[in-house]
Amino acid sequence: MSPTPVPARKLRVATTSLAGCFGCHMSFLDIDEHLFELVELVEFDRSPLTDIKDVGPCDIGLIEGGVCNAENVHVLREFRRNCKTLIALGACAVNGGLPAQRNHLPLSECLREVYQFRPGLENGQIPNDPELPLPLDKVRPIHEVVRVDYFLPGCPPSGPAIWKFLTDLIAGRTPRLANGLLHYD
Amino acid sequence: MSTLPATPTAALDGILQRHGHYPTELLQILIEAQDLEGWLPAPTLTYLAQALHIPRSRVEGVAGFYSFLYTQPVGRYRVLFSDNITDRMLGNTELMDALCRKLWIEPGKLSEDGLVSITTTSCTGLCDQGPGMLVNGRAIGQLTHRRINEIAEMIRQQRPLDLWPAEYFQISDNIRRKDSLLNLDMKPGAALSAVVEMGREGWLQEVQKSNLRGRGGAGFATAVKWASARNAAGEPKVIVCNADEGEPGTFKDRVLLNSYADLVFEGMTLAAWAVGASEGFLYLRGEYRYLLPLLEAVLARRREAGLLGRHILHEPCFDFDIRIHLGAGAYVCGEETALIESLEGKRGTPRIRPPFPVTKGYLGRPTVVNNVETLAKTCLIALGGGEAFAASGTAQSAGTKLLSISGDCAEPGIYEYPFGVPIARILEDCGASDTQAVQVGGAAGVCLAGYEFQRRIAYEDVPTAGAFMIFDGTRDLFDVARAFVHFFAHESCGFCTPCRVGTSLLQGFMDKLADGHGAKADLADIDWLDRLLKNASHCGLGSAAPNPVIDTLQKFRPAYERRLVSLDFEPAFDLDAALAEARQLTARDDPGAHLQTHEEEEK
Repeated sequence: MSPTPVPARKLRVATTSLAGCFGCHMSFLDIDEHLFELVELVEFDRSPLTDIKDVGPCDIGLIEGGVCNAENVHVLREFRRNCKTLIALGACAVNGGLPAQRNHLPLSECLREVYQFRPGLENGQIPNDPELPLPLDKVRPIHEVVRVDYFLPGCPPSGPAIWKFLTDLIAGRTPRLANGLLHYD
Repeated sequence: MSTLPATPTAALDGILQRHGHYPTELLQILIEAQDLEGWLPAPTLTYLAQALHIPRSRVEGVAGFYSFLYTQPVGRYRVLFSDNITDRMLGNTELMDALCRKLWIEPGKLSEDGLVSITTTSCTGLCDQGPGMLVNGRAIGQLTHRRINEIAEMIRQQRPLDLWPAEYFQISDNIRRKDSLLNLDMKPGAALSAVVEMGREGWLQEVQKSNLRGRGGAGFATAVKWASARNAAGEPKVIVCNADEGEPGTFKDRVLLNSYADLVFEGMTLAAWAVGASEGFLYLRGEYRYLLPLLEAVLARRREAGLLGRHILHEPCFDFDIRIHLGAGAYVCGEETALIESLEGKRGTPRIRPPFPVTKGYLGRPTVVNNVETLAKTCLIALGGGEAFAASGTAQSAGTKLLSISGDCAEPGIYEYPFGVPIARILEDCGASDTQAVQVGGAAGVCLAGYEFQRRIAYEDVPTAGAFMIFDGTRDLFDVARAFVHFFAHESCGFCTPCRVGTSLLQGFMDKLADGHGAKADLADIDWLDRLLKNASHCGLGSAAPNPVIDTLQKFRPAYERRLVSLDFEPAFDLDAALAEARQLTARDDPGAHLQTHEEEEK
């Protein structure tokens, strides 16, 4: 019996930025002309590139940024539920990064400093509209909230690093960044 | 808080003078300088750096490395509870809490009047008479609630330690089984006379015939080590006795030094004769500092008897003397190259080998580092000959081994057995019943389950530096492994990333399981960390750090699995609680102001 051929199917990819600066997404765009190759191989689900609001079943999910508020938790969990492979993309997703600098201060001090005590602010108060997601007491790297399959460090990871990582994944190889591509700054 | 006292420069000058202003003496200088005020204020460090003409950063680096050196104020009574698993099994946690409550302080903090500070420290080697503590460096064993009450009272009354009941400081040898070494009643100098008679070459041949291997755990052939140092270029050569007995559960060296010091020093001198060394160090762990007066007295007596110093036994070319170098609470210094760094007055960071110490050791000179027990054993060879020594034990493990037995048994203490003794026999002898597991070789050693109790103590089967901790059916082997993981995380020297970060991550996972947040995914991560530590660490500390976890995961896996609350993933913290502060600040309590800890509940 001949093996059933695997139907050629484009992999579905979703991306999002939680407590990040979109720098990793910008770096993603730095793969430049490889974008044309990429769209031959994958189709995008929820992503700033598509403006789809909810993530559906996907093969690969790329998460930029750490987890700083309740909404981040919901989005991250939705990604985890839907993505077979979930990747922490960049320093903030991996370690909490710059936003986690607030972790050594009590949240109340941060909020009061910004909304109540800032010079020039009169009768300021901490926003409490139910529409707003509440901040967590600490900014967390995403692996502390959901299970993560791969980590791609860098602030941001370079375009070539992201391209190598994705092409490895798409080709069925365990992603591996050689010296030069793997860096933490 | 009182203001900083003026630096007592005259006293510091005296200390510097005694140590010849040698930067290599920095650790000893810092230990003595600390005795002045109980801690090392910043001006003291600056003064010492200037006086020794070394960067202040180096002084601070050394002062910051050793647990028993303090760059922050500590109490006039500095209480350290030994925190080995055997101390925990004897209730040390409860006793420490009780003492803290009685003295109105928190563990790890200094009382407001500067009177007392209380915290834990790694195993102090009193496992057979625990729970143990050190008060200003002096050891107290057999702690009970009654003793704790009395100690609290004496501290409150500020009674000097010398006026505390003498029986508090009585440390027993608890020798339960003697064999050739512990039965040896040797007149000091007898072994030396024998080897001088043989000549250096003849003596080395006897050691070779004896098949003596290092008792510190690694089991390297002593004769090979000695011959390599003898043949190496560089003078003067050095003999170091490694009495940094830091492996949790090990206390045989304490007993040898307490009651058989002459055998140890004679063994060092025998080594010096074989190697042609003229300088000797006993590296005494800081926890055993209370043995110092006794050891100095033995050394003085030996000098008087012509067994140390110039022209030993009237041999024209046999000069050798021994100095005692104190450690200051750093397990890693038991590793021989870290020990040598520490001897040189530096942080105890292990060196890259090769070159090995036998060619480039202390100050780049050929250096032999031997365990206390190994050196004592050479007296047996000198007196009875190498062949007689090799006749006992097993094919690859000649002679006897001292075991430090503690944990769940009727008679903990020191047992000397010929190599090849089965675990089951030892358990029977020490009165252990319902034994679930035995940790042989300390935290870095191996955890044996019931089906392995026919295995034997020998380099070719179960090698050990001497620790033998017994756990009966009431113990939870996960707690045991977790205690050891905490120990390694605390003792990692911080030099290499795999060990510094790896031990601390491993500790995080073990705590996550202990705190009731365990998930199956954690077990996979633990496996991965175990492999990383094993393969990528700079020295043996890091590569041994996962051993307790690897063994217990293999042999006592249900102890881990029963702690899992999820078969997939579980955060280590309560997500909803992480929003509590924000809820309070915004006075919100709507559904959007809460998070379910488990994702399923959300859908």
